[in-house]
Amino acid sequence: MRTIRIGAGSGFGGDRVEPAIELADRGGLDYLVFECLAERTIALAQQARLQDPDAGYDRLLEERMDRVLPPCRRNGIRIVSNMGAANPAAAARAVASVARRLGLAGLKIAYVLGDDVLSPVRAANWPLTDGPSSTADLGARIVSANAYLGVEPIVSALRQGADIVITGRVGDPALFAAPLVHEFGWALDDWVRLGRGAMIGHLLECAGQLTGGYFADPSRKDVPGLARLGFPFADVDEDGTALFGKVDGSGGELSIRTCKEQLLYEVHDPARYIQPDVVADFTSARFTQAGLDKVRLEGGGGSPRTDSLKVTIGYRDGFIGEGQISYAGTGAERRARLALEVVRERLDLIGVAISELRLDVIGVDALYAGPRGPHEPMDVRARITGRTASLQDAQRIGREIEAAWINGPAGGGGATWSAREVIAAASMLLPRDLVEPTIHWLES
Amino acid sequence: MRLGELAHARAGDKGDISNISVIAYEPGDYAFLAEHVTAERVKALFGDIVRGAVTRYELPELGAFNFVLQRALGGGVTRSLRLDPHGKSLSSLLLELDIPDRQRA
Repeated sequence: MRTIRIGAGSGFGGDRVEPAIELADRGGLDYLVFECLAERTIALAQQARLQDPDAGYDRLLEERMDRVLPPCRRNGIRIVSNMGAANPAAAARAVASVARRLGLAGLKIAYVLGDDVLSPVRAANWPLTDGPSSTADLGARIVSANAYLGVEPIVSALRQGADIVITGRVGDPALFAAPLVHEFGWALDDWVRLGRGAMIGHLLECAGQLTGGYFADPSRKDVPGLARLGFPFADVDEDGTALFGKVDGSGGELSIRTCKEQLLYEVHDPARYIQPDVVADFTSARFTQAGLDKVRLEGGGGSPRTDSLKVTIGYRDGFIGEGQISYAGTGAERRARLALEVVRERLDLIGVAISELRLDVIGVDALYAGPRGPHEPMDVRARITGRTASLQDAQRIGREIEAAWINGPAGGGGATWSAREVIAAASMLLPRDLVEPTIHWLES
Repeated sequence: MRLGELAHARAGDKGDISNISVIAYEPGDYAFLAEHVTAERVKALFGDIVRGAVTRYELPELGAFNFVLQRALGGGVTRSLRLDPHGKSLSSLLLELDIPDRQRA
């Protein structure tokens, strides 16, 4: 049976580039997909675009394209990516520019617009599914609103011959499912196949998390060659059955247990994984080991898509100041706690307004304040974090930790601090008919 | 014994919600885990970290559970003051859950 091989070139915006080059060179791929957007990435990118109309796309886009375009051209691999972030048009121009510099003329580059729904979101008051109660509460603090698009615009671009498709916000699995819909001509109401496509895309979208990344736990879960972790690909047939693999000689582990962990990653109800194109059902998935670092996936299904699309709203949410300083030896924890109390009191004395404050001793209770071990730690780090309404107040938190060097307990070292504006993310649902994706073209 | 002797786990985040999968190393341990790794016990283990409800989804075909923890990420990944705003480390903490010794047949 004919299969299509799709590789995962990245699992987040800052991901390693070398495994993608390895896939493009020696992976035997038909498609290479780069998934690069976290929840608030577009809001941050939108801030960059407001400063510079040519900015607002993935910061590693040029580096990735510079390295993978030659092997992709040589091997006939088409590229799909959401690296367009808040500015797919500028990202497409950057791809064309890299291609020309490499002497790769005639590449057809499509970019998808229409995920930016700031206008319809601002035109009404929408309930939020998390965070504050409605968009009106956020008012002018909203900086971005992007709908999760489905496979359709990507499929159209591929049908029209795109070598490279650049998008902004798209349901992550849709980046991988779109080539399958295109190649196999899956109907957009074939819920079982679309559900399987979403499941396969979900397994691939975090790249190295399927092949032994975010997994190793020495002695119980040993992963060979983690330093040379290879990214996965899937050979998918027209029924939506997949055989996952990775490049021979790359490091990592691709096994039933790595696949099970990734299947449930960032999933709530596994019978209802809601995507733009389908509500996927993972509960009937079956994995079998088909050889070293080869796993077969069968089963899985889906039910009809919902009437709305999820929208992520980015909004300004004040400032956070954070600082840390280390203590060692007997009494290290007592001195760390004294430092934190002194800094807290000083912030009160100088009138810094903090709406939420955290005091942690890293090495003791920063991640978990549960039952204590029997030994006193010989090396701890005091950490203070506070939420403020102004950047100045956030900076004062950091400066007080720094001052604990000279004006705090004995032997404090390695002070660091930072202060930043918070761009928070909230979610809402928007009726589908208010979202109109469009496709645009460039050639290198 | 620690839950980590029988199962492995992975944490993921969406907004202020954490989900943690718990996967039996041996499928034969699924029923034992179903009895002892309940939503109530998971909620109690995390204490103040998880401020909302805990729901357990069951995947017997995979020998796995998926725990969904509401209001578990300090107000959400993007605004949390925590050292680990994504709650990636919560999976390791869940594996510290104390469960009865498994009597092998």
